[in-house]
Amino acid sequence: MTRRSLASLAVNAALVGASAVTLLPLAWMVSVSLMPPGEAASASRLWPSAPTLEHYRALFTRLDVVRYALNSALLASVVTALSLLLNSMAGYAFAKLRFAGRDRVFRVLLAALVVPGQLGMLPLFLLLKQLGLVSTYAGVVIPGLASIFGIFLVRQHALSLPDSILDAARVDGASELRIYWSIALPALRPILVTLGLFTFIGTWNDFLWPLIVLSDERMFTLPVALANLLGEHAQDAEVMMAGAVVTVLPMVALFLALQRSYLAGVAGGGVKG
Amino acid sequence: MSAVTGREPRAAAILVSPALGAIVAFFLLPVLAALALSVTDFDIYALADPANLRFVGMRNYARLLADPTFRTALWNTTSFVVVAAPLSIAVSLGAALLVDARLARGAAFHRTVLFLPVVTTLVAAAVVWRYLYHPRFGLLNHALAFVGVGPVDWLGDPRWAMPAIVFMTVWKTFGFNMVIFVAGLRSISPRLYEAASLDGAGPLATFRHVTLPQLAPTTAFVTLMTVIGDFQLFAEPYVMTQGGPGDSTLSVVLLMYREGFRWWNLGTAAATAFVLFVIILALSALGVALRRGAPDAPAGPGGAS
Repeated sequence: MTRRSLASLAVNAALVGASAVTLLPLAWMVSVSLMPPGEAASASRLWPSAPTLEHYRALFTRLDVVRYALNSALLASVVTALSLLLNSMAGYAFAKLRFAGRDRVFRVLLAALVVPGQLGMLPLFLLLKQLGLVSTYAGVVIPGLASIFGIFLVRQHALSLPDSILDAARVDGASELRIYWSIALPALRPILVTLGLFTFIGTWNDFLWPLIVLSDERMFTLPVALANLLGEHAQDAEVMMAGAVVTVLPMVALFLALQRSYLAGVAGGGVKG
Repeated sequence: MSAVTGREPRAAAILVSPALGAIVAFFLLPVLAALALSVTDFDIYALADPANLRFVGMRNYARLLADPTFRTALWNTTSFVVVAAPLSIAVSLGAALLVDARLARGAAFHRTVLFLPVVTTLVAAAVVWRYLYHPRFGLLNHALAFVGVGPVDWLGDPRWAMPAIVFMTVWKTFGFNMVIFVAGLRSISPRLYEAASLDGAGPLATFRHVTLPQLAPTTAFVTLMTVIGDFQLFAEPYVMTQGGPGDSTLSVVLLMYREGFRWWNLGTAAATAFVLFVIILALSALGVALRRGAPDAPAGPGGAS
């Protein structure tokens, strides 16, 4: 009994400690964002002496953060919607339709998963420059239109759709596209929610490509704007922290609201495959 | 079935071509073009007028390998991976064991909290950690002052800048692998644990002889993905140190970004990216060889792009 309660104490103390250490940087971020100007630098404080929202006000009025947030939300939404459509179409077809070269093409795609995304960025930039798409929203969206990982994820789940249902629909005279839209898509909903979350959060958080392709400040996404803000406001810890809160908070909220779908996807990616 | 076989390929073409077209046009062809680019002297003059473009063979690669800055970047990146990946995996496994422990209370809550850094924006996290590491008012030096250590100029000291980035990266990423490890732990058959306990094995022996071997496929997968991800180190040094002090945190991707998009030496930048690719490819091949027979799965989210 005592041995067991001692072990229980150790496990739970370690858990609480780990969670506290993990949360600390985020808690400090919020705390400093509420401090009066200069307080973080002058006093060794964990908490604001008199909490103020003035840095948020500055961000929303002077520093155009609403525009950057809208840019981020718009780009993440468009990439998520388009890539869900394209990936689900392809993933379903790779799983359930027979066509020449299917398995070979799929194997090539899988092999290409190890190619780091940065490799194609230089020629892609030149291509988009030719097309006049550098410094446009379309330029940010284009590399996210479809993803091999997304196709793979949808395919793995589409494989378990029962053929009998698809065949019954065929006998009833449904076209293949109709079957994809009315039978496969609804059945794939859970994995599409997971993939959509991955894509939305991933696009919102993405840095390198928007940094490369966007030159007009008015089109910046939050991460690019935040890195840019650091150039002029590195001394204003409180303003930078408020900017970090604005950037991070929507993703934390989204994750907390839909964490079951998100975590199931992470766990499945590693073990089930 | 025979009546419908003719229409399947047509439908498949309609369903597959948009995604495949996008991947070929905006990913696979650019990758091939990068290979071509890496054997040219593409620079700002060629950007203005392609007539200035010349084929230079392997000269970019030869120059890179002789270039001290590139060697520094490669060395920094490699040592970052060699330290950060095992550390992150060990922390992930430790956290997974805690979250999955039978004695743990509120495990779901802790799992959520421990995962939070994964969904935070890397740039924002790097900004926060930049201030955490601040020599005067950073939280870390405050904590160290309590035990009479410091102050240390974490990001301003070439000896500490890279370890500081390693530590931040472990904080940012361990939750992801933790969730995969928890799934791996839960798929271990309880019978193995019963058998171990019947044999009188203690917790340590059980961990060594049951848990670790049973987790091996998961560990192999997690290691491969972590190493590949770590080699692409970019935003942390970009935001926290700009590669300094004295190039001590300059990474290969940061160097590629500078060469390509600051100085418009796209030929050299493409060669830099290709060296990184060859390293990742070699490690993947090694990983595949090592995890033969393990359940197969590709990248986690956030792989490409």
